[in-house]
Amino acid sequence: MTKTINLTLKIWRQKGPEAKGKLETYKANDIPTDMSFLEMIDVVNEKLTLEGKEPVAFDHDCREGICGMCGTVVNGRPHGSEKGTTLCQLHMRHFSDNDTIVIEPWRSRAFPIIKDLVVDRSALDKIIQAGGFISVNTGNAQDANAIPIPQETAELAMDAAACIGCGACVAACPNASAMLFLSAKVSQLALLPQGKPEAARRAVSMVREMDRLGFGNCSNETECEAECPKEISITNIARLNREFYKAGFFSSEK
Amino acid sequence: MQLDAKIPGGPLAGKWDRYRFELKLVSPANKRKFKIIVVGTGLAGGSASASLAELGYNVKTFCIQDSPRRAHSIAAQGGINAAKNYTNEGDSIWRLFYDTVKGGDFRAREANVYRLAQVSNNIIDQCVAQGIPFARDYGGLLANRSFGGSQVQRTFYARGQTGQQLLLGAYSALMRQVGAGKVEMFPRREMLDIVVINGQARGIVVRNLITGKIETHASDAVVLCTGGYGNVFFLSTNAMSSNVTAAFRAYKKGACFANPCFTQIHPTCIPVHGSYQSKLTLMSESLRNDGRVWVPKNPGDKRFPRQIPESERDYYLENKYPSFGNLVPRDVASRNSKEQCDMGKGVGETGLAVYLDFEDAIKRHGRDVIEKKYGNLFQMYEKITAQNPYETPMMIYPAVHYAMGGLWVDYNLMSSIDGLFVLGEANFSDHGANRLGASALMQGLADGYFVLPYTIGGYLAGTSLEKITAGHPAFRESVEIVNNSIEKLLSINGKRTVDDFHRQLGHIMWDYCGMSRNDEGLKKGRKLIQQLGEEFWENVLVPGSDKDFNQSLERAGRVADFLEFAELLIIDALARKESCGAHFNEAYQTKENEAMRDDKNFCHVSAWEFAGKNKEPVFHKEELKFENVELSQRSYK
Repeated sequence: MTKTINLTLKIWRQKGPEAKGKLETYKANDIPTDMSFLEMIDVVNEKLTLEGKEPVAFDHDCREGICGMCGTVVNGRPHGSEKGTTLCQLHMRHFSDNDTIVIEPWRSRAFPIIKDLVVDRSALDKIIQAGGFISVNTGNAQDANAIPIPQETAELAMDAAACIGCGACVAACPNASAMLFLSAKVSQLALLPQGKPEAARRAVSMVREMDRLGFGNCSNETECEAECPKEISITNIARLNREFYKAGFFSSEK
Repeated sequence: MQLDAKIPGGPLAGKWDRYRFELKLVSPANKRKFKIIVVGTGLAGGSASASLAELGYNVKTFCIQDSPRRAHSIAAQGGINAAKNYTNEGDSIWRLFYDTVKGGDFRAREANVYRLAQVSNNIIDQCVAQGIPFARDYGGLLANRSFGGSQVQRTFYARGQTGQQLLLGAYSALMRQVGAGKVEMFPRREMLDIVVINGQARGIVVRNLITGKIETHASDAVVLCTGGYGNVFFLSTNAMSSNVTAAFRAYKKGACFANPCFTQIHPTCIPVHGSYQSKLTLMSESLRNDGRVWVPKNPGDKRFPRQIPESERDYYLENKYPSFGNLVPRDVASRNSKEQCDMGKGVGETGLAVYLDFEDAIKRHGRDVIEKKYGNLFQMYEKITAQNPYETPMMIYPAVHYAMGGLWVDYNLMSSIDGLFVLGEANFSDHGANRLGASALMQGLADGYFVLPYTIGGYLAGTSLEKITAGHPAFRESVEIVNNSIEKLLSINGKRTVDDFHRQLGHIMWDYCGMSRNDEGLKKGRKLIQQLGEEFWENVLVPGSDKDFNQSLERAGRVADFLEFAELLIIDALARKESCGAHFNEAYQTKENEAMRDDKNFCHVSAWEFAGKNKEPVFHKEELKFENVELSQRSYK
């Protein structure tokens, strides 16, 4: 039989970017523990709608942990306390009857609040625009097997490439730095031979863009790694630092 | 309206080459004079936007999410097919073409599918050049695995996240063009109308989802890459925002909708487990490489799976289809799961599930190997179900997954509206009545990287386009229609929420137009949908205002379109008096309960033209000619 629990929710409500926000309290009763966290918010929203109130705005899309659209701070932790889990994959069986859950949006100067739990993460796209790519126009490629890549290297690149761009690393960092996000992309491309020609320019211009957008610096708090739903390792940040210094010393990129 | 698929003549293998030569070109200096709108940023939209911008066109790209990187292509797990024959198993362009046509139960266009197989190899090259970390063997060369409906290993993959990696490749190419100023990106916009002037698509009307502002954008051509309509069933493997609105509004403006009844039900999904459920999660078909599907031989056997001895298990796919075994195509696998459950052999709390068991594979290869191949899928399964698939078999059941049907397009990927191109899942062209695994990624990228960039040039070079701006009266008209509909939705102030209607629509569709259909049920379903549609417009409750970030309002518009579209889907299902691929009408089956086609009367594409509200749509037929493959009863035995 399905177990159910009763919860008290404290949810951040804010009408718009300029409005003043506050935590509102809601009851969520008879929540089946097989339910996902977002389905629990769905239930609350259905109830609010029927009571003639405005439902809570929150971002979500694939609900299978890969699109990176969802994410709120749950009891002080981005995506909640389960390791390696996005909010949409967090299930209510990890909570107990009569728990109080505090739900807040990502907090960072670079992520302005749009409404309630929804923030603007377009700064992450801007970081990618600054160099998170390999410059190869469609049609320019040689045969895919022309460059053998050691399996281990390909696996390391894949570990970094697993980033879903949700922004939890920024939300977790006391400095609101985007270093884990940025380093995952720099690492993926710096590890692979295809990414080498642009490696210096990529590292320098992506870091510069991150600074410009108002993200903080990295001071090795490692909170980002702890909260990353895809468990991206901070060794990527070390690799980024290496790429950045290498670019400074051995290339003309400034 | 006369549908002309514009399939070039001559031998199949030379059609695309010759056609590309014959297409008119736009010179590099002139490309910058054209403005192209792309709606959607999945594999098709992302790759098309980037490739068009690289060529020099001015591109405006729109997406519904907060970033183009979130499009639902990202959730594709298993892989992407290509005819590289790196495995030396005798694969070829011809074999990939043949498998795809056969897999689609002979309801796709030969010429389109052949072209798809031809460019499949270029896609892999392009993706590797972009830095996509595909799986590799110890020697550093690319690895391959098997997928359903094929006896060769031709699927390239990046763990269980192939869609994510391919999409991020296309996204990074797109971001590069945004940075270079060649693509102007509009996230959090929903397309609500196509503007047609002098019979040509000349722009779109969108709603800014943050401010609620209705915006107009003019262009020389419009490219729709807005995905499939699986969410008409409410529960599906699609993302929450996947919808039919853009395609359906194009349909209402004159684009024909083709084969909407061909909707793929994927065999390996996590079963439904509660009435509150908002979506279903797919477990990649690649799992059928190593997993064995079975049910207890005796109906009602409620023992734990590990307590059921080998002799009392029925590995029904292996027994029934010895040559393809667990790797039969999706439609066949799904129907067989349903059949077993209908016989009372289903497992789990609801009895609507079958086992997918890795015990033998773990014994044979070791846990490490299985973990490397499917680790993230196993982890995902455990998160959702709280069961460990390394120790106990997975439970799976079919779920709505992919739309083979879509807007009708010709060989150029242009719809029945001039200048409106449709790519990826949103069009109908390549998968016939059933799509093979790992072919959606291939088609999305083929359309965007290697087909549209040529064919759109041919259109622009050969068409005279009047100078217009977004100030044209046709835009004002569209805006008025859009505004009226939004106002109406907000003013009803009824008693039922949008999701409540959507869920009920889903139940009707699943019960009467799901894995197995009959005329009586379809007719009943249609009536129920009409009644639900009427109630929707009298009793829906949409809170909030239109000048705001209002997710209820967004969903209301989508569900309103789903309600109308659902009826079209049923009309199409009723008109196709045969069984083929995903469309299984109980009246047409072989003695062994396989789909029985009627090639004499139904070897065609059904394309529907909008005739006005509450009027029967007009049927158009595009005959399918098979000159290179012989139509046969599909057999995977």
